[in-house]
Amino acid sequence: MATTEEIRTDLADIVNEVAGIPVEDVQLDKSFVDDLDVDSLSMVEVVVACEEKFGVTIPDDEVKNLKTVGDAVSFIEKNQA
Amino acid sequence: MAAGVTLAGGSGAAYARIMGVGAYRPRRVVPNSELVEAIDSSDEWIQQRSGIKERRWAADDETVEMMSVEAAREALAAAGIDARQVDCVVVATVSHMLNLPSAATAIAHRLGTEQAAAFDVAAACAGFCHGVALASDMVRGGSARHVLVIGVERLSDMTDPTDRGTAFIFADGAGAVVVGPSETPAIGPVVWGSDGEQYDLIRQKADWRDVVASDSPSFPFMAMQGAAVFRWASFAMAKTAQQAVDRAGIRVEDLDVFVPHQANMRITDAMARAMKLPEHVRIARDIAEQGNTSAASIPMALARMVADGEARSGDLALLVAFGAGLSYAAQVVVVP
Repeated sequence: MATTEEIRTDLADIVNEVAGIPVEDVQLDKSFVDDLDVDSLSMVEVVVACEEKFGVTIPDDEVKNLKTVGDAVSFIEKNQA
Repeated sequence: MAAGVTLAGGSGAAYARIMGVGAYRPRRVVPNSELVEAIDSSDEWIQQRSGIKERRWAADDETVEMMSVEAAREALAAAGIDARQVDCVVVATVSHMLNLPSAATAIAHRLGTEQAAAFDVAAACAGFCHGVALASDMVRGGSARHVLVIGVERLSDMTDPTDRGTAFIFADGAGAVVVGPSETPAIGPVVWGSDGEQYDLIRQKADWRDVVASDSPSFPFMAMQGAAVFRWASFAMAKTAQQAVDRAGIRVEDLDVFVPHQANMRITDAMARAMKLPEHVRIARDIAEQGNTSAASIPMALARMVADGEARSGDLALLVAFGAGLSYAAQVVVVP
């Protein structure tokens, strides 16, 4: 089972690859939209990459609840098999 | 059937190919600056989310028929085919505003075909690739020797100028190809299908009967659930495109040109990344100046690449089209 920090690190790599955000900026308290400037379409790409990387399913309805990096990490932690 | 009576079997060409491509771009260029006020947006916002700088909207005289005829004449000239040699006209469109008759019969007549078979295909943004698949099979099956496949739209008629999700995306135009016989394979097997579970993602807002029955009728514009469409188009369609490459018996490294439906530059980029397209593959980016012209976008984009020398005769081009339905189709073709 991956730790919170391991998930955050992998997620940071994904956000970096999709949106070009420096990995060190992708911290748990950061908002995707307000702090990291990840727009709705980039967020879709991040979500799809997370599904592949972490083996979770993130429905479209759930995406709007993932406001911060911490929201996404805890969703992945809870739903990872 | 009486004893000893048998039907003659049809016989067609060994293979089919695209012989020529043409396009018609409406005269009026509409930059983002003309649209931003109605949707409380900005040029920068639109470009960032779609890659669209400007689009073209048809004037009253630039009808579905007129644009189709112009694009088709260019394709026929490029193919070196006379309209009288065309046996079938397939028109992919969702913006011909009569339920009947089809747009295709009048277009076939205006082109001067000799009563070519003519019908419309309603597969939305995927319509052109459906038409190419049908045309290829017709040529090989013996139903037709030369088929005109036209993609044409006047989406400005169907787009709500105040809808932030669609107002800056959709546009007008026509593209056409001539499909005819070939001695070597030049249109790969189609990979196509539909996902009716997502029927609601892109659709006309209301049934015409409900519009007419309303106390204050208004045009039932298109509605689109952008994020869900983006997800499906970028990732599921990258897989469909890869399947078309596999079915054609080639590898992505063998491709020269990638011509996806010009839906959104971000979708094109996401697909290219998901498919791991090699750097040398030239990617159609007609959407920047043309917007999303649904069924017309692939032949228009291909026509531009041919005109600009980005797609050369003999190149292998991957076409993938996807849209409302949801419906999709992809094939690898040889550039004429």
